[in-house]
Amino acid sequence: MQQAEFQQGVSEAGEQPRPGFTTQIAFRNFNFHYGKYHALKNINLDIYRAQVTAFIGPSGCGKSTLLRTMNRMYDLYPEQRADGDLLLDGQNILDRGTDINHLRARVGMVFQKPTPFPMSIYDNIAFGVNLQERMSRSAMDDRVEWALRKAALWDEVKGILKQSGMSLSGGQQQRLCIARGIAVKPEVLLLDEPTSALDPISTMRIEELISELKHEFTIVIVTHNMQQAARISDFTAFMYLGELVEFGVTDQIFIKPEKKATEDYITGRFG
Amino acid sequence: MFRISFGLRQRRLLVNRVALTLSLAAMAFGLIWLIWILMTVLQLGVSGLSLKLFTEMTPPPGSSGGLLNAIAGSLIMVTLATLLGTPIGIMAGIYLAEYGQHSWLGSITRFINDILLSAPSIVIGLFVYAVYVARMGKFSGFSGVIALALLVIPVVVSTTENMLKLVPDSLREAVFALGSPKWVVISKVTMRASMAGVITGILLAVARISGETAPLLFTALSNQFWSVNLNEPMANLPVTIYKFAMSPFQDWQEIAWAGVFLITLGVLSLNILARVFFRQKHGS
Amino acid sequence: MAATAKRKSNVGDWIFFNLTRLFALLTLLMLGGIIVSLVIGAWPALERFGAAFLWSSDWNPPMEKFGALIPIYGTLVTSLIALVIAVPVSFGIALFLTELSPPWLRRPLGVAIELLAGIPSIVYGMWGLLVFAPLFGKLQPLLEATLGDLPLVGQLFRGPPLGIGLLAAGIILSIMIIPFIASVMRDVFEVTPVMLKESAYGVGATTWEVVWNVVLPYTKVGVIGGIMLGLGRALGETMAVTFVIGNTNFINSASLFEPGNSITSVLANEFSEATPGLYTASLVELGLILFLITLAVLVFSKLLLMRLARQEGRGT
Repeated sequence: MQQAEFQQGVSEAGEQPRPGFTTQIAFRNFNFHYGKYHALKNINLDIYRAQVTAFIGPSGCGKSTLLRTMNRMYDLYPEQRADGDLLLDGQNILDRGTDINHLRARVGMVFQKPTPFPMSIYDNIAFGVNLQERMSRSAMDDRVEWALRKAALWDEVKGILKQSGMSLSGGQQQRLCIARGIAVKPEVLLLDEPTSALDPISTMRIEELISELKHEFTIVIVTHNMQQAARISDFTAFMYLGELVEFGVTDQIFIKPEKKATEDYITGRFG
Repeated sequence: MFRISFGLRQRRLLVNRVALTLSLAAMAFGLIWLIWILMTVLQLGVSGLSLKLFTEMTPPPGSSGGLLNAIAGSLIMVTLATLLGTPIGIMAGIYLAEYGQHSWLGSITRFINDILLSAPSIVIGLFVYAVYVARMGKFSGFSGVIALALLVIPVVVSTTENMLKLVPDSLREAVFALGSPKWVVISKVTMRASMAGVITGILLAVARISGETAPLLFTALSNQFWSVNLNEPMANLPVTIYKFAMSPFQDWQEIAWAGVFLITLGVLSLNILARVFFRQKHGS
Repeated sequence: MAATAKRKSNVGDWIFFNLTRLFALLTLLMLGGIIVSLVIGAWPALERFGAAFLWSSDWNPPMEKFGALIPIYGTLVTSLIALVIAVPVSFGIALFLTELSPPWLRRPLGVAIELLAGIPSIVYGMWGLLVFAPLFGKLQPLLEATLGDLPLVGQLFRGPPLGIGLLAAGIILSIMIIPFIASVMRDVFEVTPVMLKESAYGVGATTWEVVWNVVLPYTKVGVIGGIMLGLGRALGETMAVTFVIGNTNFINSASLFEPGNSITSVLANEFSEATPGLYTASLVELGLILFLITLAVLVFSKLLLMRLARQEGRGT
């Protein structure tokens, strides 16, 4: 009985404060629709600060949809609607008055395929920063270098900053996009299957990067690669058919999942 | 914490608002002209419509008449030009798509075709004048047909090539795998697969030449009387309208507006027909 | 049996291949033919006037003195006016269609713009002369009053309000080329990868910032191609210009209110009455010059596009 209650507490209400962790983003009774299609059903979830949270689940389960609500990317498409509560540091970002551009600077995103802007490497990084603050040329140089170093790209591009961002290799382009995302010093970084288009070596480098970045940024990563989730995340949320099935410490989810559905997915019985 | 310069944010939002408003204004700007022109054509053209427009010849100023010879002449020349230009265009388009993807002849032809596509139509008329009319010593309907055909060819070449390139290689390979020679693959399968697009291209070419005046100015000229003799100057709608509209005579101007109405109706219908046809056959 | 079947299909292939190749060659010959015949036709004038033809402003048929300066000036000025108006407007229309317009409105508006392209040029010409020009004549004094006093630019907007003239022709021309440029821009804006745009929104950019900083540079190859297409059209347009340009073979001032001539309007007006010999040859030379101008624009744009594609590090 107690076990079931505790289980319920963790994966549904999310109200049990987890000792040692601060909630940065909280979903409460959160629902999402594509037109008439009910894509996300009654999600209650906490994303903890300075931790890596992974969303896993089979195709179509809603993990990318859930990720994209956190920077209100769905706003670009009129037929997509969210209701419920989505709190960032206690403030509901679904409110009408929310400054979306500012939100998106606080919550950055990296996509499945590398998407360098058609500009020089330097300008790719400077673009987002320029939108938020005006700084002197030397301050911008410092910021660009800082971002590229953090993304483990500085040594490779420091001599070719004026070259087009699109002239880099795939792995380098994705690290450029990560550098671009962190250059504006967001609080949260959303990664939507960031290594699915990359070779194994580039994938490994980016995973190392994520482990380092988490000390400064809260990271949420969607991945269809379970081993990746097991490798790099602290917390894992398993989703299925638009519902949050189970959420917990990664080691616990993978070694001793509490729901049968979770166990079936992890052991490859479906997915 | 987060350093935000409020002035910067306000300015960005303002710039965004202004830019988007201007783009709405641009859209309105374009639409206003379209509506204004079409309304004018409708108003002034319809009032000149009557049965005799289609039954009587172009009159001398001061008397009543119609556009029968001009309409007939235009129909004849456009049809013949299409019949002449389309096969040439399709064949050249087939070469470019199926044989000429990597050859020097293919690249040069493609480049030249682009040039001809944008060449001023009056220069084409001048060309036909120089090689045919001057030699024959007189203006003729046939030279008009040649000039129009020369306008049809580049359009058909380019649409045919583009449509054929859309056909996936896997389809071609499937036919080759049956042991079929290349010319059968192309004529019986690839062409058939892209037929809807090719026909659309032809319809658009027809729409284009139906409204062209300049190439006919020095080739077919025009004719006040009824003539279906291709060896004589042939009456046609565009040049007749040009002559009547530039004149100071009221009744000629009325006939010109009616002619403009007919041409616009014809060309726009062809455009819409081509579009609807393509959408139906190709799926949306 | 199999051998003859093979030989038959080989023959079929050989014939088909060479037949299509022949027609491709024909297209090539057409271009050569045009240039050659124009040069031949213009020869008497080329011989007589040489290069001075290009900068002489004479146009005196009875005295057999001809010069291309006025028509070239008219062609270039009207096309330039047309571009200056059409490019920003087309950009605005493409922006509206791709980012602002509600989805159900996109197709009808797009079709409307394309219909504008389908209207024959003679309709633009007649409408321009009989409907637009009288109204524009009433507007010109206002332009003169406001813009005519500005330091450098002012002299472009002074003069009698004729309604027709270089400015009127330029405006009509711009309306004609807007649909061409706008459709091309709209097409390339539409195929910009969604993920790229979302990346830009993702760093907090506004719609305008996304289009100006990301979409436009991404599509610049297509955009430039579209503008060149519009320019080519404007340079070669006959009927729309002939009706409203004023058909005058001399220029008194720098004002755009002046009537003038373009190469196409001179040809349209004077060719059928020209006496064979030097007059006709001069007109043919004008046609040759026009053809070479459009050729130059096209070649230039192709070179520019190739260079841009190479810079980006990706093939077009």
